[in-house]
Amino acid sequence: MRLERRPQVPPYLVIVAPLAAVAVSLTLAAGLIAAAGVNPLTAYAEMVRGAMGSRLSLTEMLTRATPLILTGLAAAVAFRARLWNIGGEGQFLMGALVTAWVGHSLDLPPVPGIAVLLVLGMASGAILLAGPAYLRLRFGVDEVVTTLLLNFIVILFVGLMVEGPLRDPLAFGWPSSVPVDGDFRLPDLIARTRLHVGFLIALVAAGIVWLVLSRTVFGAETRAVGLNAAAAKFAGISLPVNLMAVALFSGALAGLAGSIEVLGVTANVTTTISPGFGYAGIVVAMLAALHPAGVVVAAVFVATVFVGADAMSRATGVPSFIADVIVALCLLSMLVALLFTTYRVRR
Amino acid sequence: MIEALDILANTSLWAAVLRIATPLIFGVLGALLCERAGVLNLGIEGIMTMGAMTGWLTVYLGGDLWTGLLVAAMSGAVIGLLHAILTVPLGLSQHVSGLGITLFASSLAYYLYRLLVEVGDLPPTIEPFRPLDVPILSDIPILGPILFAQTLPTYLALLSVAVMAYVLARTPLGLAIRMTGENPHAVEAQGLSPILIRIGAVVAGSALMAIGGAFLTMAAFNSFFPEMVQGRGWICIALVVFASWRPGKALLGALLFAFFDAYQLRLQTVVEGVPYQLFLMAPYVLSIVALILVARRAEVPEALMAPYRRGER
Amino acid sequence: MTAVLELDGITKRFGALTANDSVSLTLGQGEILALLGENGAGKTTLMNILFGHYAADAGSVRVFGQELPSGKPRAAIEAGVGMVHQHFTLAGNLTVLDNIMLGSESLLRATSSRASARRKLMQIAERFGLPVSPDEKVSRLSVGERQRVEILKALYRDARILILDEPTAVLARPEAQRLFETLKEMTKEGLSLIFISHKLHEVMAASDRVAVLRGGRMVAERVTAETTPEELAELMVGRRVERPVRQDHRIGAPVLVANRMRVDVGSETKLQDVSFTIGAGEILGIVGVSGNGQASLGALVSGLTRLSAGTLTLDGQDVGLMGPRGMIRAGVGRVPEDRHSEGVVGELAVWENAVLERLRSPEFSKRGFVRRAACKAHAAGLIDRFDIRGATPDTRTRLLSGGNMQKLILGRCLSIGPRFVLATQPTRGLDEGAIAAVHSELLAARAAGAAILLISEELEEAVALSDRIQAMVKGRLSDPISASEADAQRLGLMMTGVWKEGSDAA
Repeated sequence: MRLERRPQVPPYLVIVAPLAAVAVSLTLAAGLIAAAGVNPLTAYAEMVRGAMGSRLSLTEMLTRATPLILTGLAAAVAFRARLWNIGGEGQFLMGALVTAWVGHSLDLPPVPGIAVLLVLGMASGAILLAGPAYLRLRFGVDEVVTTLLLNFIVILFVGLMVEGPLRDPLAFGWPSSVPVDGDFRLPDLIARTRLHVGFLIALVAAGIVWLVLSRTVFGAETRAVGLNAAAAKFAGISLPVNLMAVALFSGALAGLAGSIEVLGVTANVTTTISPGFGYAGIVVAMLAALHPAGVVVAAVFVATVFVGADAMSRATGVPSFIADVIVALCLLSMLVALLFTTYRVRR
Repeated sequence: MIEALDILANTSLWAAVLRIATPLIFGVLGALLCERAGVLNLGIEGIMTMGAMTGWLTVYLGGDLWTGLLVAAMSGAVIGLLHAILTVPLGLSQHVSGLGITLFASSLAYYLYRLLVEVGDLPPTIEPFRPLDVPILSDIPILGPILFAQTLPTYLALLSVAVMAYVLARTPLGLAIRMTGENPHAVEAQGLSPILIRIGAVVAGSALMAIGGAFLTMAAFNSFFPEMVQGRGWICIALVVFASWRPGKALLGALLFAFFDAYQLRLQTVVEGVPYQLFLMAPYVLSIVALILVARRAEVPEALMAPYRRGER
Repeated sequence: MTAVLELDGITKRFGALTANDSVSLTLGQGEILALLGENGAGKTTLMNILFGHYAADAGSVRVFGQELPSGKPRAAIEAGVGMVHQHFTLAGNLTVLDNIMLGSESLLRATSSRASARRKLMQIAERFGLPVSPDEKVSRLSVGERQRVEILKALYRDARILILDEPTAVLARPEAQRLFETLKEMTKEGLSLIFISHKLHEVMAASDRVAVLRGGRMVAERVTAETTPEELAELMVGRRVERPVRQDHRIGAPVLVANRMRVDVGSETKLQDVSFTIGAGEILGIVGVSGNGQASLGALVSGLTRLSAGTLTLDGQDVGLMGPRGMIRAGVGRVPEDRHSEGVVGELAVWENAVLERLRSPEFSKRGFVRRAACKAHAAGLIDRFDIRGATPDTRTRLLSGGNMQKLILGRCLSIGPRFVLATQPTRGLDEGAIAAVHSELLAARAAGAAILLISEELEEAVALSDRIQAMVKGRLSDPISASEADAQRLGLMMTGVWKEGSDAA
């Protein structure tokens, strides 16, 4: 038995691979659900109902998908260029923190104000990733470890701010930041639900990312760098400039996710604002095979699992951590599935 | 300021250094073993979490402490085997697979914990490893309480450093592992299987990582709770680079790191007006600084992260 | 003569490609057998099957009468087969002794017997006249010394049959001669040898018998004393492909002038005191044994590394610090040493590779957006003009054969009508047909007035194409000689550092 490279990737496999990965993951997770004494089919039915069964649950799910689309795009942009940005979580938090901070006292009309806040969120995420990218270029420090460690540093920084300078004196219990000015809240997309305009912004972002990656000089250069850095360098592409541009782009997308979450959903920042949006974004990007359109679909799927699992947990008593297990299994099986789109098994 | 120096004179600080270093020593040795064979194991954070859970759970369900450590090691080995299969014979991205393993192992640990343990207001506890009181030796002033009043796993960690250093430098197996990390084609050409050697190293390394995690729930604390590993795995990955892939230096790195950690914990109580988060950030900032200092000079195993496929060069 | 090794009906397929088609071969006790064939004829595949790196699809291997299980290097080693790979299988960060001991002891032993291993190694080194220092790190050894370590590795495992894959590729001619003398000595000690080569002269000089592979088939076996280089050449290539011939013409004004260039990488000096001049319509050939600084010169002139001292001017303009993009803008066409790792991005389409160097020019992009139609049209033009077979603009580049990939790279840099062309090992690994095509393109560029720097390890190629030749030894260049003065004897001396009577580069 050995692996042999396929001359061409059959187009149908691009669709089949993620579906197969999801199917395998759900089957494996079914064993864990059964171990909890619950019929897996019942549990999965509860999950689908919990995420899509009503107008409310559907909009809740899409609200949850919104930051995932953006952190997924952030990971996809970086991974395509072999920049291992595992710091989406930190960049998300940074974007959220800066947005809340400035949004509390910004003196601008609503529309320009929102624009300024979104740009600031993007800038904070971008700057946060520029650091590790610089360290890799200047000192050869692996960005995986630095971005991971920065996640811990940033969450402590958020804690420091919301317990200190940004503490909302009116809030009870858990420390949270002062809220952003009501003028800057993103309008609801559907009345009396939490789904907000940010969802549309995320969709537009996916379109822009697709356009940039597939149609621009920057996108073409990035692809060349990601696939064969030595050849790209030989062809006159500056690897440091390209890497830094990718880092700013990726970090900005994750920062935008945090910004939108504050303006659209929470209005303020706490240390618990992200249930792992940054890490889940990596899964989303991988499930999408790093394709921007796929990211939207994958984000909706992952959001379905998370929102559905909460509902399912309430109904059946299966611990809601099952959602994280399913998502992690999806990442691993998708990796294997991707291998079999480019390789086949030969005897 | 005087108080800040006083802490240094306190033996409890130095005893704490060894205690805090123990999980790091196990973790860094495990990561070092994997990387010496050419495989980056970012599953470490999840594997430590899994080891922390399974070790604790074994004792909670009535096993003794050593059985608990063994079960933890085995659970780590199983997760490590998964990472090994994905990255070695299948040759998948070690970065992505490792992250996937971390997400999977930690979420599975939390899930199983919730499933199998009744959690009330406070997490249930076990009777953890107790510090030894080596007769006579522990009565030696200053050194006694530091060196001879630790828990047994701490001594096991120190012993592991010596064993790892010996195996890598002095045995045929160690040579084969080092060679696999440098040039797997050379290993294949001499009739050994680089694939099996890599799988073995990742499995054994992961078992060590899991023991490191188990130390947290079975000696440092006495209960399991989510997020308890707190990036120690990532710090171990940084420490391997800092140690230039050498077990002796890895021990040194872990101790140095533990010293800063123990010191900042005690400093928090005497320095007023500085948010405690700044102290908590110190270990992570320190890791990044350490990486910057050594990254250029490090002697990286040449074939680290390069998947090996027979007949492909 | 008793057969120590018999290959019978070996067949090996890689996908659609049949690398070995029912190949049979025997090796006699104490014999030196040359396995001759072009690049891609299947020589290395055959030897990898014999050694157990690959499992054959059909056929059997018998060593001293015992059939070897397929796909198990360990079994081959234990049966007494040793292999010296073309790409050395050594670890640079480990010592010579480490490299040699690997695999010789059971992995379950609690400790290595290094002292006895060292004794055994020194005995073997003594017996075969292959001196080494066991505690030196391999990365500090010269290429010739590394090869010695490779051979010692096999002897240390008690090999009685030794296979050497292109053993002279990295050696200067005197070193190669010494190697063959050593090999002759070895046969007296009871070893039997196979060496793989595509060089006729060394096959004629060093072997007892020749087996010729072509297109994966065994086409002929000859006793060396009873054949001629001409016959072997014809057997090896099959059809005669005429290589194009350089026509004499007037060389124009100097285009590229290098003056006392030095390149330091870290603390290491890679190039020193390198000077040359290339005129319009001239090809300057740089010959030399692999690893003497040719790669550094190629990297420098293609813009990948920067000058530490000296100057490099193109039409009077300083280009020594320009970087790849600057070089491209200045009208330099560059053919890199390794087409797979530097020449193309295999996973991209042909059209993307065709424009990769000039994506930012207005011809191929507008306001940051790629003009896909213009790019694809350009690629289609290249495919047509440079006869790139099996390609459309949308084909994935890695699917092209080596020759067609090289034509794509040549097309990319020649289509702009460059002032200066750098061609580094332009025909490495290509078959005769493709070599002829590459040569005629380079000569056409010469005729059009381009200055060309040809860096090649193939003496025949350098002599055939170049107007003048300089040899590179240890990062320095000899004085130029004109191609008409270049014979094998003189070039061979130049490549060992002897420029003229009584002078020595080292």
